[in-house]
Amino acid sequence: MNKIKNITKMQLFLPIFSMILVMCINVIYDIANGNAALNFFYITIKNGVLFGRLIDVLNRGSEVAILAIGMTLVVSSSAGTDISVGSVMSLYGGMCCMVLAGYGVTNVSEYKQPLIVGILAGLLLACVCGLFNGFLIAYMNIQPMVATLILWSAGRAIGLLLCNSNIVYVRVESFQKIGGYVGFLPTPILVAAICVAVASIVLRFTALGTYIQSVGINKKASRISGFNSAVIILLTYVICGLFAGLAGMVATSRIYSADTNNIGLNMEMDAILAVALGGNSLGGGKFNLAGSIIGAYTIQAITTTLYALGVSSAQAPVFKAIVVIMIVVIQSAPFKDFLKKFTAKKSTKEVAA
Amino acid sequence: MKKIKIQSSNILLLITVVLFICMYTAGCVVYANKGFTHLQTFLNILINNAGLICVACGTTMVMLSGGIDISVGSVVAMDCMFLAVGMEEWKMNSITLMILVLLIGLVFGLFQGFCIAYLDIQPFIVTMAGLFFARGMTAVICKDQVSIVSDKLFTALSNTKLTIPFGGYVNKKGAMIMPFLRVSVIVAIICVIVTYLILKYTKFGRSIYAVGGNQQSASLMGLNVKKTRLLTHVVASFLASIGGICYCLNTMCGTTTQATGLEMDAISSAVIGGTLLTGGVGNVLGTFVGVLINGTISSLVKSNGKLISSWANIITAILLCFFIVLQAIFAKIKERSKL
Repeated sequence: MNKIKNITKMQLFLPIFSMILVMCINVIYDIANGNAALNFFYITIKNGVLFGRLIDVLNRGSEVAILAIGMTLVVSSSAGTDISVGSVMSLYGGMCCMVLAGYGVTNVSEYKQPLIVGILAGLLLACVCGLFNGFLIAYMNIQPMVATLILWSAGRAIGLLLCNSNIVYVRVESFQKIGGYVGFLPTPILVAAICVAVASIVLRFTALGTYIQSVGINKKASRISGFNSAVIILLTYVICGLFAGLAGMVATSRIYSADTNNIGLNMEMDAILAVALGGNSLGGGKFNLAGSIIGAYTIQAITTTLYALGVSSAQAPVFKAIVVIMIVVIQSAPFKDFLKKFTAKKSTKEVAA
Repeated sequence: MKKIKIQSSNILLLITVVLFICMYTAGCVVYANKGFTHLQTFLNILINNAGLICVACGTTMVMLSGGIDISVGSVVAMDCMFLAVGMEEWKMNSITLMILVLLIGLVFGLFQGFCIAYLDIQPFIVTMAGLFFARGMTAVICKDQVSIVSDKLFTALSNTKLTIPFGGYVNKKGAMIMPFLRVSVIVAIICVIVTYLILKYTKFGRSIYAVGGNQQSASLMGLNVKKTRLLTHVVASFLASIGGICYCLNTMCGTTTQATGLEMDAISSAVIGGTLLTGGVGNVLGTFVGVLINGTISSLVKSNGKLISSWANIITAILLCFFIVLQAIFAKIKERSKL
């Protein structure tokens, strides 16, 4: 009994448990439909590239995984979430394609500027968005979600403005490479892996991770002990903006166009869900990056499974919303107290019997 | 201490009213030849935003209690879809449907309020889940993405013109056209008045202000904080449902992408109207002016004709940013005066 309790108390229990649950559902679904039982895990090489549902989850989940890194830091440092990430993704798309294609042009087959200029311009804009959010939150003391609400609504509008209300296509092969394949491996997986590796190395081998956690646990105390809390919060929002830009880079290259209305739509929900699912408290403080990453891929697995079950992309938010509510209810203090009381009552009854 | 609080809220409201008058006068001067000076233009702002007015009343109430509700826009879309599909595919009576929609709003608010008040979950997370739930439900209810209403009673209700006997103008053909209002505007104005009276004169309304001002002292005063927070969310979702009906009367259809970003408009209207995001200070009448400002911005952009429609969004966001920063500065001044 104690062993089970120890396992359920582990921080990675929730994300890994849900991942296994999703896989089980997939296996059951495949058996019920008469497919091979392990269809979900089946990986082949078709047309020289890796192919399979697991690869699909890893590929499509890269954006959420990249967003989840930034979101984890933001949640940890400021006890609030950045809901503008989806809009920043689309803003990146608008900026990058505008620079590459020129203003007002909707379809190009060669670059006006070198590719790297477009990418850097987009990432710079994403960082500026993060800086704006961070400034409002760290120096103006505005609630994070309200401050990011401004860009949540304005981001897409500005993106439309950059693209002159059109969808800008960049039909150049090297542009599609980031959303395409390197050899047999999908590039988004590689990009996500690099982002995760860099983030975890920086957080592990510098004191930044500790600083962020200490600010999240107690802002005032860490200021008194010598950290510049405001700068650290600002920094996390800039990092979050940068990662949102990187996620936008993958999403834009995937469809080689700046579809400002649809890039990153509802992504903020997925990113927050990934953080919550990863066993991180949405109240700030300690964080677990590995949990968030596993959470992100779990969410993508849920989405892919929903699509496989015949749920349309417009209907999928219903199920995700239910999952979010379940997770936050399980995490909430009153519910935990209730459970404790419930189990205590049970044990006293057992003793009495 | 109290004096400063009242002053800062009054200043915000004053800025809002002055801003509205300036904006409208500027519109009248610049677009005089495009009919901006007609009374009907003003009434059209009311007609177009009737749903938003109802929704914003509820949002103001929640914000006064220190919470936030971003699910309202999706609730409006869900209501529209429910009404449209109910009338078209299930062939139900429109009045029964409207009552059902209001009930759905109540249940929705009850659930959200319970999670927020009794389970102590951040309002933003709960209502964000509500936002996605309701938005997804529109697609679950209707598989075709769009459903157009053709119910007789509902159409009659939507087409009713309440003509105003003065302020008409002569059109190009020489016929006199009288300004008119729609039923939804009357509903919206009743909502504003009732919310104003509730906030000002009932025990529930006063306790909302107390809870928003300081939860701890409110509970020490003997107020039931949890119940108040629960009820504000119920009322907000109920008002959002009324707003949904008004919205549907305007658009006469249900689509999955309807009313996206309406919650943002509602929140920005409330903030522009002088409601503090931290709760405790604000007024529904200010929110009403805030909605009018929003409407004026979009009609100015429309009157220009050359600007991309996303400019309206950007200008609203800039205004929202300006007022949020202003509030933060006021809060800082207040803190200094405390020391």
